[in-house]
Amino acid sequence: MNQMTEVEQKAVEMLNEPKIVARNVQVYYGDTHAIKDVDVDIPAQSVTAFIGPSGCGKSTFLRTLNRMNDTIDICRVEGDILIDGEDVYDPKVDPVQLRAKVGMVFQKPNPFPKSIYDNVAYGPRIHGLSRNKTELDEIVTSSLQKAGLWDEVKDRLDAPGTGLSGGQQQRLCIARAIAVNPEIILMDEPCSALDPIATAKVEELIDELRENYTIVIVTHSMQQAARVSQRTAFFHLGVLVEEGPTEDIFTNPHDKRTQDYITGRFG
Amino acid sequence: MSDTIASTDAAATAGPRKGSLLVLDKRTRKRNAAEARFRLMGQIAVTIGVLALVGLLTSILMNGLSSFRQTYIQVSVYLDPAKLDKNGNRNLEDIAKVTTFGYAPLLKKALADKMAKEGISIEGLSEKDAAALISKEAPADLRRYVLAHPTSIGKTVSFNLLASGRIDGYYKGRVTMESAKLDRNVSPQQLMLADKLKADGVLTTRFNWEFFTAPDASDTRPEAAGLGVAILGSAYMMLVVLVLSLPLGVAASIYLEEFAPQNALTDLIEVNIANLAAVPSIVFGILGLAVFINFAGLPQSAPIVGGLVLTLMTLPTIIIATRAALKAVPPSIRDAALGVGASKMQSVFHHVLPLAMPGILTGTIIGLAQALGETAPLLLIGMVAFVREYPGAPPEGFFDPASALPVQVYNWTQRGDPAFVERASGAIIVLLVFLVLMNLIAIILRRRFERRW
Repeated sequence: MNQMTEVEQKAVEMLNEPKIVARNVQVYYGDTHAIKDVDVDIPAQSVTAFIGPSGCGKSTFLRTLNRMNDTIDICRVEGDILIDGEDVYDPKVDPVQLRAKVGMVFQKPNPFPKSIYDNVAYGPRIHGLSRNKTELDEIVTSSLQKAGLWDEVKDRLDAPGTGLSGGQQQRLCIARAIAVNPEIILMDEPCSALDPIATAKVEELIDELRENYTIVIVTHSMQQAARVSQRTAFFHLGVLVEEGPTEDIFTNPHDKRTQDYITGRFG
Repeated sequence: MSDTIASTDAAATAGPRKGSLLVLDKRTRKRNAAEARFRLMGQIAVTIGVLALVGLLTSILMNGLSSFRQTYIQVSVYLDPAKLDKNGNRNLEDIAKVTTFGYAPLLKKALADKMAKEGISIEGLSEKDAAALISKEAPADLRRYVLAHPTSIGKTVSFNLLASGRIDGYYKGRVTMESAKLDRNVSPQQLMLADKLKADGVLTTRFNWEFFTAPDASDTRPEAAGLGVAILGSAYMMLVVLVLSLPLGVAASIYLEEFAPQNALTDLIEVNIANLAAVPSIVFGILGLAVFINFAGLPQSAPIVGGLVLTLMTLPTIIIATRAALKAVPPSIRDAALGVGASKMQSVFHHVLPLAMPGILTGTIIGLAQALGETAPLLLIGMVAFVREYPGAPPEGFFDPASALPVQVYNWTQRGDPAFVERASGAIIVLLVFLVLMNLIAIILRRRFERRW
C-alpha cells in the first residue's frame, strides 16, 4: 500500500492528463466571431456538460471537437484543440479518422432509413472492424446491449430503424456511435426531442457509458447537466464563462452571469 | 397590406369585439365572397384544360384509330416459271433480274381468275382497273417472297395482299361513291367490285401489324407506310440518351451539390445549367449539325447523332431534377454518416444517393420522355430523310440512317394523299402510348424506391 506500482502510477498520470485540451479557440462563421478565446480541459472517463442559452456557441464548440464544422464552407477555426496531446486541426489529420475516434450523437435522432442491424453495422463495415459475419454480429449485439436497446429490438433487427420510437431511435444512434469503438462521444442535446421517460433512459445510459468513454454533452436543461455530468462548462455569447465540477457550478458559481442563468433570471 | 394592419390596430384599440356570431359582419362576407370567386376561377381553369385535352385526344383518336386496321385482298397467285425464271435454272441471280414490274401481271391474272371463279363481273371495268384494287406495294412484296423462297416458283401460293389506299379508305369512310366519281385514282366501279369481293370474303379488314413493323412508303402507297424504322430509330436514340445522360447528369449533380465549393464559378455554372434547360431545342439541332456532323464527321440521319443532340438537351433537365432530389435529402442523414466516420463519398453513395433515387429516376424519365417527343433538332441533323432500310443491330445500327417517331409524324403530315392524315394521327397515338408508358414507369419506380425517414 505504501508504494504504488509503475502501472498504477501511470494510470494516475493518465487520469490526471485531460483527454481533450482546448486552448485559445476561436470560431468564425464568415465575419461572425462565434466562439471567443475558449480554454477548457476535458478529463477522460467522465461526463462534461456544456450549458448556456440558445445561440451561445456550445454546439458550435462541440462540433469543432470532431471537425464536423469542416462541412460548413464559411466556418473557420483558430487555436489548438488537442486530443491525447495531438492537434486535431493538424493538416496531417484526416477528419474521417478523427470522427471514428470521436463519435457523435445528434439533437434529432437520425437513424439511417435502413434496418436496425444495418444502422449499427454500418460504421464497423466501413472501418473494416470485423473480419466476418460472426464478428460483425457480435459487434452489433454488444453495441445494442451497451446502449440498452438489445432487449427491445433483438427480435426485430431487420425492422427499419426509423420505425422505432423517438427514445429508441436515439439509443440506436448511440449504439451506432459505440459500434465504431470511439474513445470520445459527443452528444448534441441528445434528449431535447425526447419525452421524460425516454430522457431518463438515455441519461441512465450516459451514466453507464462514462466507465468506458469520455463523454461531452451539450444540454439546454440544467437539471440534466446536474444529473449526468461530473464537470460543467457555462457558455454565454460565445465565451466560456465558467467551468468546474458540476456541484460547484450549481451551488457556488463564481460569475454573476452563471448565477443569473442557473437561477433562471435569463436564458 | 398596410390597410389590414391599420384596421386590426383599430380593432385592437376599439376594445372587446361585439356583435352576434350568428350574423356575418361585412368584412367576413367580403372575405368569403373573394374565396368563392377564387375557387370558381380555379374550377373554370381546370375545366378549360380538361376540355382542351379531351378535344385533342378525341380528334387524334378519331383520325388515327383507323390506321390500326387495314384492308387486305386474298388471292392465289400462280408463280409462273415462264415469267419469273425464263432460264428455268432457279438461279437466284437470274430470278432477281425480274423487276417488280414483272410481277404485276401475275397479280392481275390472279385477281381476274378469282373474279371469274366467283362469277363477279362489273360493267365497264377493265382487268387493269380491277387489278388497281391491289396496292402498288403488292408486286414488291410478292417479289420479296419469291426471292426468299425460290422453290415456290411454279406453284400456286395464296397471298393476303394490301388493298390500295383508296379502297382501304372506302371502308374507313374516307372515300365514298360520290367522291370516287371526282377522283382520278379510283372509280365507282372499282368500289362496287370491292363490295362484291368483300361479300365473298376475298377482301377483308383486320388488325394492321405492319403499321408497327413496316418501313415508311412513298407518297402513292400510304397503305404500306409503317412506323418500323421510326420506332427502331427512336428506341436507339433513347438508348443513347439514357446511357449518356443518366451517368453524366447524376455525376455532375452530385459533384455540384455535394462536393463543389460555393463560389463565383459554381454560381456561373448553376445559372448556365438553368438557362440551358430553356434553350430552344432547334438551337441544339444546329449545334449537333455543326459539332457532330460537320466537325466530328458522324453520319447524317444516324441515331447516334440524334441521341447525342437529345442528350445535350436532356442533361439540364436531369441535372436540375437530380439536384432537387439531393437537396431534399435531410442533412441529418449526411451528419449521421459523417458522425460515424464515413468519408464524404461514402456518405453520398451509401446514404444520400439511395434516398434521392426516386427523384432522380423520375427526372430522368421525364427528360427521356421530352427527348422522345422532340422533333426540331432531328430535322436539322437529317433524320427527316426518307428511310426504308431498317438500321442494323447495335452498335453498328447506331450509325445507320433511321427515322424517329415525331419526325415521322411531321413527315406524314406533309404528304398529299389524305390517307397519310390517318397514318400521322396513328403515329401520334403510338407516340402518346410510349410517353404514357414511360410516365407510368416513372410512377412505379417512384413508389418502389420511396422510403420514409
